Amino acid sequence: MSNLETAANPEKLRRVAIDPVSRVEGHGKVTLLLDDDNRVHQVRLHIVEFRGFEKFIQGRPYWEVPVMVQRLCGICPVSHHIAASKAMDMILGAEHLTPAAEKNRRLMHYGQIMQSHALHFFHLCSPDLLFGFSSEVARRNIVGVAAEYPDIARQGVLLRKYGQEVIRMTAGKRIHGTGAVPGGVNKALSREERDTLLADVYQMIAWSRDAVHLVKRLFEQNLEGYNAFGRFRAHQLSLVRADGAMDLYHGGLRARSMDGELLFDHFDYRHYWDKIFEDVKSWSYMKFPFLRSLGPEAGWYRVGPLTRVVNCDFIPTPFADKERRDFLAFDEGRAAGATLGFHWARMIEMLHAVECIKDLLQDEDIMGTELMVSGERAGRGVGVIEAPRGTLIHHYRVDENDLVTRANLIVSTTHNNQAMNEAVRQVAIQYLDGHEVTEGLLNHIEVAIRAFDPCLSCATHALGKMPLEVELVDAGGSRISALSRNADGEVAACA
Amino acid sequence: MNANGKPKLAMYWASACGGCEISTLNIGEHILTVDAVFDLAFFPCIADFKVKDVLGYPDGYIDLCLINGAIRNSENEEMVRLLRRKSKLLVAFGSCAYEGCIPALSNLTTRDATLRAAYLDNPSIDNPAGTLPQPHTAVPEGDLEIPFFYHTVKSLDQVVDVDYTIPGCPPEPHQIWAVLQVVVAALTQGGSLPPKGVLLGAGSVAVCEECALAKHEKAVARFYRPYQIRPEPGLCLLEQGLICMGPATLSGCGALCPQVGMGCRGCYGPLPGAEDQGMRMLTAIASILDVSGRPGDNELDLERKVEAAADTIVDPAGTFYRFSMAHSLLRRARTDGVEAAVPQPAVWS
Repeated sequence: MSNLETAANPEKLRRVAIDPVSRVEGHGKVTLLLDDDNRVHQVRLHIVEFRGFEKFIQGRPYWEVPVMVQRLCGICPVSHHIAASKAMDMILGAEHLTPAAEKNRRLMHYGQIMQSHALHFFHLCSPDLLFGFSSEVARRNIVGVAAEYPDIARQGVLLRKYGQEVIRMTAGKRIHGTGAVPGGVNKALSREERDTLLADVYQMIAWSRDAVHLVKRLFEQNLEGYNAFGRFRAHQLSLVRADGAMDLYHGGLRARSMDGELLFDHFDYRHYWDKIFEDVKSWSYMKFPFLRSLGPEAGWYRVGPLTRVVNCDFIPTPFADKERRDFLAFDEGRAAGATLGFHWARMIEMLHAVECIKDLLQDEDIMGTELMVSGERAGRGVGVIEAPRGTLIHHYRVDENDLVTRANLIVSTTHNNQAMNEAVRQVAIQYLDGHEVTEGLLNHIEVAIRAFDPCLSCATHALGKMPLEVELVDAGGSRISALSRNADGEVAACA
Repeated sequence: MNANGKPKLAMYWASACGGCEISTLNIGEHILTVDAVFDLAFFPCIADFKVKDVLGYPDGYIDLCLINGAIRNSENEEMVRLLRRKSKLLVAFGSCAYEGCIPALSNLTTRDATLRAAYLDNPSIDNPAGTLPQPHTAVPEGDLEIPFFYHTVKSLDQVVDVDYTIPGCPPEPHQIWAVLQVVVAALTQGGSLPPKGVLLGAGSVAVCEECALAKHEKAVARFYRPYQIRPEPGLCLLEQGLICMGPATLSGCGALCPQVGMGCRGCYGPLPGAEDQGMRMLTAIASILDVSGRPGDNELDLERKVEAAADTIVDPAGTFYRFSMAHSLLRRARTDGVEAAVPQPAVWS
C-alpha cells in the first residue's frame, strides 16, 4: 500500500497540497510529498465528499428512483435518470420499449452527452489547451477564453445550450428532469419542439466538427508533448452494440487488455458482477473496481470517451466515424493511447451525439404517442449505459410492496479511480520531480486529472474522501533514477 | 468591493451534486461576461482558486458568497464557517443548502447502516475481511485523516448565519440571473438590499397557482401508483389521484414537472409561513380526501375509510419530506442514542 514504509526519513518530507482541484466537477484534492531536493515521494488524489445513496433510497418506491438518483450528479443527471429507468424497466417487465419511448430516451441521452462534453471541453479544459498548462492563473478559465478566442467560447456555450434544450424538451427540466419513467417516457417530442431543434442541428454538427479539428490542431502543434503527457497503458471497458458499433445507450460489455486483446465481449450486463468486483480498503472511502479474471492488483481498467472510441469497431454515424479513423491513424496510433487523447475522443463523441440527434429528429417515431409498456413483474433490475464519463451501472432489488430493498451503483468515475492516479503519477514523474514547485507545474497535475473529466459528485455517492494511493516512491531505486532522467526539459516542451 | 467598483463573488459547493453550478452556467452567454459585473474571488468549479487564497483574504472581503450543498461532514462545516467569516453576504443557494434536499432522506437511517450498505452488502463487493473505511489510518508519514461523516445531514442555516436563501433543485437560471442583478444594483448603485432572511428568486404562492393544468374541486378517494393509471393529459394530477406536491410547494420554477406528466416533486420547499412542508402537504391531502362522509355517518366507519385512503400513499415520509427533511420539524429518525456525539470541527485561523 504505502511505499513510504521504505522511505529513509519520511518525517522530513514536505507536503504540498492542491486544494481544491479546480475546473472539475466536485470536490477533490491532491497531496504531494516532496523531499528537500523536490523529489516526488508520493502523490495522492483525495476526493472529499460523503452522501450515501445506496442506503437512503432503500424504502422508497421504485418509480421514484429515476428522479431521486439524479441528485447523484447535476452535471449528468440524465445518465442516472436513464440507467435507473432501464433497471426499473426490468422490474416492470418492460425490456422492449415502444419505438417512441426508446427514441425519446436516446434523444435525451444524446442531448446529455452533447452538453456534458461541451461543458467539459470548452468551459473547463480549453483554457489549459489554448493558453498552455503553465499560463497565467487568472486567465485560465472560460472568461479568459472568451476574451482571447470569442468565437470558440461562444460556440462552446451555444453547443452546450443546444444540448440543454434537447434535455429540457424531453425531460421537462434542464437539470433533474422527469421525462423517463419505468416502462417508457412521460412525454414525446411535439412537432413544434422537433422543428425548433431541427432548425439549428446542422449548425451544431458544423461546430462539433470544428471542435474535433481544433483538438487535432492542438496535437499537431505539440505532438511530442501531447503524446507523452501522463501516458500509461490500461485495460479498457465499455458497452458495444451487437455488431460492434459504438452505442452509448445500450449494448453488451466488452473488455480489452492493455495489449488490445479481447478479454470478454458482448457480455450480458445483467450479470455484471461475474466480471467486475470492487475492492475495499480501510484507508479509502472509494471502492476499487477490478476485472475479476485478473484480480484486484492487476485488474484495474479505464472507461470513458477514449476507451469507447478505441474499443468499438466503428461509429454508426458518418462524420464521427471518419474522425474516429483519422484519430486512430494519427501519428501511427500514438494519439489514441495518450491521456490527452481523451479530449479528441470526447469531441468525436460529441459529433456522434449531434449526428444521432439529427437522425432522431428526422424520425417520425420521435413524436409517437405510444409511450409506455409493462410486462411480467420482476424483483431485480440492472441498468447499464455509457454515460459521458464512462460505463454506469445501476442495480436494484424491489420487494412485493414496490419498495427498494437493495441498491448498488458503480459510476463512471469510480471505474477510473486507479487510472486517474496512474496518469497523475506519470505527470509527477515527468514534470515535477526535482523541480521547484510552481503553480504552473501543479496545474500540470490538474490537467491530467481533468482529461478524464472526473465527476467527483458521482464518484462520492457512496462515501467519501478517498485518500487514494498512487505510490510514487523511491522504494526500488531504479524508478528514482528514471525520474531524474525524465525530468529535465520537459516542462518547457509542454507549456 | 474592489477599487474598480465591482463586487467580489464566490460560489462554493458543500455536499452537493454540482447541479447548482450547472444551473448557474445556464445563464448562458452572460457567463462569458461575468467579469464585467463581478470580480471572481472563489469559484473552484470554473476557475483556479484554492482554499489558501480564501485563507489569505481579510474578513468580509467577499461581497457575495453563494453556497450550495448540505453540511454532511466536518470539512463541509469548516469550509462554510471560513466562507461566512470572509463574506459580507452569504446565500444558501439551492435545496441542499436550504433544506437538505433528497440526500437528507439519509436522516431516516443511520451512519452505520449507510456504511454497511456501501461496503459490505453488495453483489460486486469483494471484502471477505469485512473491512470498513476508518476515520483515521496510521501510515508511516503520519495519520491519514478523513473528514468526519456526520450522523445527520444539516442545512446551511443550522451551521452558520445565512443572509438570503434561493430555493430550488436546482434554482432556475432566470431566477439566478434576476437575483444577481438585484444584488449587484444594490451593491454598486447604492440601492437597498432585500431585508435579511428573505427567500429570493422564487414566487410567493403555491406551485398550483402557476401550473397550467386544468383544476376543479378536488375530491380524491384513493391514490394511485404510476403504473395503475394513465393520467388524462391537461388535467390536474392530484385530482386524478397522483401525488403532486404543488399545494405545499413554493412557486418560482414555472411548474415544470406537472407539464410533462410528473407531479411536482416539491423542490422549491415550503410556502411562506408554513415551516414544515410535509405537514402542509398532509393538511392538503386531508382536505381533498373524499370518503363520501355525510352528517350523521358512523364516525368509526369514516375513520376506516380515511385510513384506507391514506394507506394508498406509499412511503409518506420519503414523499412529503422528499426535499425538506433536514429543515423539517422531524429533522431525522430517532436513533435511541446509537449515534454518538459529533466531534467539533477544526477552526481555521
